[in-house]
Amino acid sequence: MIEALYDVSPAWPVIIAGLIAAAVPNHYVRKGLALVAPVLAGFLWFNVPSGVHTGGIIELGGFTLETFRYDGLSRIWGLIFIIAAFINALYGLHSKDRVGDASGLIYAGAGLGAVFAGDLLSLFFFWELTAISSVFLIWGSKTNEAYKAGLRYLAIHVLSGVMLLAGAVIHSADTGSWAFDESLSVNTLGGFLIFLAFGIKCAFPFLHNWLQDAYPKATVTGAVVLSAFTTKLAVYALARGYAGTDMLIWIGAIMTAFPVFFAVVENDLRKVLSYSLNNQLGFMVVGIGVGTELAINGAAAHAFVHIIYKALLFMSMGAVLYRVGTVKASELGGLFKTMPATAIFCIIGAASISAFPLFSGFVAKAMTLAAVAHEGHYIVWFILLFASAGVLEHSGIKIPYFAFFAHDKGHRVREAPVNMLMAMGIAALMCVYLGWPDMFGIPGGYRALYNLTPFPEVANEYPMWTFDHVVGQMQLLLAALFAFAFLVRMKWYPDEKRSINLDFDWVYRRAFDGTARWGHAMFGRLWASIGNVLAAARTRMGGRLFQAFSPMGAISRDIPSGMLAIWTSALLAIVLIIAYIAP
Amino acid sequence: MDMLASLLPAGIAVHAPALIVVIPLIMAAVAALMPRGIFAWGVTLATAIAVAVLSLNILGQVSTGGVISYAMGGWLPPVGIELRVDMLNVPLLLLVGIVGLLCVIYALPSVADEIAKKQQSLFYSAFLVCFAGLLGVTITGDAFNVFVFLEISSISTYTIIAMGAGKDRRALTASYNYLVLGTIGATFFVIGVGFLYMATGTLNIADMAAVLEQNGHDRVTQAAFAFIVVGLGLKAAMFPLHVWLPNAYAFAPNFVTAFLASTATKVAFYALIRFVFSVFHPEVNFVAMSFTWLFAVVGVIAMMVASVQAVFQTDARRLLAYSSVAQVGYMMLGLGMGTAAGLSASMLHLMNHALMKGALFMALGAFALNFGVRRVKDLAGLGQTMPASSAAFTVASLSLVGVPLTVGFTSKWYLVTAALERGWWWAVAALMISSLLALAYVARLLSAIWMETPPAGKAGLAPARRLAPWMVLAPMSLLAFANIYFFFHADPLVGLARAAANAVMGGN
Repeated sequence: MIEALYDVSPAWPVIIAGLIAAAVPNHYVRKGLALVAPVLAGFLWFNVPSGVHTGGIIELGGFTLETFRYDGLSRIWGLIFIIAAFINALYGLHSKDRVGDASGLIYAGAGLGAVFAGDLLSLFFFWELTAISSVFLIWGSKTNEAYKAGLRYLAIHVLSGVMLLAGAVIHSADTGSWAFDESLSVNTLGGFLIFLAFGIKCAFPFLHNWLQDAYPKATVTGAVVLSAFTTKLAVYALARGYAGTDMLIWIGAIMTAFPVFFAVVENDLRKVLSYSLNNQLGFMVVGIGVGTELAINGAAAHAFVHIIYKALLFMSMGAVLYRVGTVKASELGGLFKTMPATAIFCIIGAASISAFPLFSGFVAKAMTLAAVAHEGHYIVWFILLFASAGVLEHSGIKIPYFAFFAHDKGHRVREAPVNMLMAMGIAALMCVYLGWPDMFGIPGGYRALYNLTPFPEVANEYPMWTFDHVVGQMQLLLAALFAFAFLVRMKWYPDEKRSINLDFDWVYRRAFDGTARWGHAMFGRLWASIGNVLAAARTRMGGRLFQAFSPMGAISRDIPSGMLAIWTSALLAIVLIIAYIAP
Repeated sequence: MDMLASLLPAGIAVHAPALIVVIPLIMAAVAALMPRGIFAWGVTLATAIAVAVLSLNILGQVSTGGVISYAMGGWLPPVGIELRVDMLNVPLLLLVGIVGLLCVIYALPSVADEIAKKQQSLFYSAFLVCFAGLLGVTITGDAFNVFVFLEISSISTYTIIAMGAGKDRRALTASYNYLVLGTIGATFFVIGVGFLYMATGTLNIADMAAVLEQNGHDRVTQAAFAFIVVGLGLKAAMFPLHVWLPNAYAFAPNFVTAFLASTATKVAFYALIRFVFSVFHPEVNFVAMSFTWLFAVVGVIAMMVASVQAVFQTDARRLLAYSSVAQVGYMMLGLGMGTAAGLSASMLHLMNHALMKGALFMALGAFALNFGVRRVKDLAGLGQTMPASSAAFTVASLSLVGVPLTVGFTSKWYLVTAALERGWWWAVAALMISSLLALAYVARLLSAIWMETPPAGKAGLAPARRLAPWMVLAPMSLLAFANIYFFFHADPLVGLARAAANAVMGGN
């Protein structure tokens, strides 16, 4: 334990590595940095003794910025962000992309920084940094759609940052404190603005479209990186500031349910994953809304395992995209013959997200469900149950089935590159390990997860592996599996078609865009006509003035000094009038 | 602070307030006699160093011993002329002293390039007169004396602006315009002072304030107020009386622009604060009303209109000149809040703006020195040919926009908090919009510098890198660095600004 490092937030090595990577032309040096930085960050994380610790205080122009708050909540998020950064680096080892490397690192570092931020100003700083650094991962695809989607993504995230700052200013004016803690409330203006800012990043219903819009258009590695940080950071922020806010229960329930429909009919498999990401966030948001210790544990554990298996799924789809060149369900199939390892890893990820017993999703989701039931929110509980079946349907079955099995489309591509397989292997291993039960008197892997949660004593008391949990979950899963098999068998399952599904994003893609274009055109016309009026005026004033002040001369555009003398008198008159009418 | 106070031997330190004005005034005569420009520059440099040291010493004295009152020639105030230093004008003395010194270092290569050899000694002499005048306005405690020094600085300013005619004849008309308007401003000011003298029977500022507080206000003092505000407002480039400024800045020699942009309007603004807050009290009804309905309104309009004007400029220095008008708008807004927080935000922005604009105009001077470029489109590709100067320029322009990690952010932040404290949401909105406009015009400059390729040379070759002389680079980099440094160590400047505001708001 090196005490001198207690003040160094794990964010700094990662951000600094990113800044260096931005300047280094050598591919190998950048990759080395990308791998070493998370290890350093992990060292800093392990270096701090568990418990509550506040460090990295920076005094800045009368503000106290707290850059390293280490407690139960930030601990677990910090660790998973570090792990995700490492896996991402490994996964992206083959790509020679300076901008992507640098922005990925800075983005991960900013996410870490935001998790460890103890006050709203530092949070704002890192919050904006995540937005600005991550957009390059979308632009990295270098397509026109990606460019536009990136702009939309940037606009909405900068908006989120601005709302956060505005809310923080109002909040501090009300309470006199910049602390980022439970003192936030949705019942005050400042608190509500901050809540909305978090909501945008967390992809609340109607604020969610940036996610399905941008993630599928990101680069192969970019999508993996993006899936890990932004939304989970928002979940963390909600857990920190708004735990126990009733509104969140319903918001979360809607988030779990509605993407199911979109995900089932969607053709682009990375977009399916984006919808299912939304659905998973719903579980966490519900947990935060319930706000009991068990529920917060559930949300935290869910975020932890979710980052891993969601990254695993995005990685496997990324590998498919990398090798085949598309992830459209209608154009894939039969890939298991040549990409068996990727297929197996994908199935492990799918099993985890569907919460099969023995996989990591099971131990996390069960806690949230139990907490919801325990507090008596039965309707929400049923919605979550429905959503669980939906998850199995679109992420658990659809993704691996259509990509690797289904109708063989005759792609005979090579297995994914070794570094991708290693990254997926590590993620898959963790999926299995974190879901492993106590067996033969040996404590299972899920204990490690429970010990990390904000309230480990509550988590460890929770009876996970009971008969009814396992059987209940299996019944649900088998029923859903049967339904899928039945629908496919009867050819009632919606075909994978090349289609574009309209979502709420139509409103801001078309309507707002249209308004903006119309406004721009109108403004252009207005501008032109003002120009005409001015030109006419200039012509009327006649040639003499024009010649006195040559067209090249600066004077031509200036007010002559005599005119200014009049202005001066006018201003004098104004001041005199003000003085005269003053009471 | 103790260290600064004991910087000079006690015998000299006692007379520091007088010396800081007298030395440049005498040296101006000496510089005029020098046979060659470089000797005159040496004299100027020595003077500037002396003034910088004196200003630091005065800061030390005021911080440890409180207000200094120096009776000129032993004639005690209110009859004699008083030099008076408190926490309000000490930042200005420091600013003029230290930024002045940096500008003088920068002057040698720049002046050698722009001014004819025969005129260089006279140029430095005129500059020293201007320098003395600005310091005099800042330090004097006598209302009529303010007028005298204001005229001293102005008349010499007209001269040194007109000397830009060597490069561009338009400097002559610019200077002439400024002369006409500056004289109107000075006349208004002296009329106002005359009214005040009628009403109070004294010319000493502190004395005037005391008499006014006792006797109350009548129509005469109200008229005095109007004349003084308009007169000083013109000198401080208060919108819409700023029209002299863009041309003066655009066509003056580069060194003059850098110096004037970071000191002259600031000193006039200080004089405005001094009169409005010390002589007239912000709690008097018509003063308070003019804060809201004049300064704040005019400030906000300036922030908008001048920024838009800046966006459409083609000449780089003219663009920054309009931006200066907009920045004066920020300061006017802070002043118009009429609260201690507003005034200190305003003072902070005054100092920070000097740091930014000093560096920016120096960098433009460096570009002009190496490549003779002045228009925005000619800045293309300078990021490749002059990376160091371009970097300094970039830092300062980001600061101008108010990007975090630069002082521009700090002062805008304080302005926003002051506005919120007053409940002025519209002012916050105006600040945001104006910052966006600033981003727009700065983006034009930066994209030309960094994104575009440099024009090919004669044989179609890419132009070689050219380093600006170190005498240009050093002061410019120092100012650019200060833009970042004082973000992380905001306490010294914020402390000065707070103390300045308290000196007129609290201690009165």
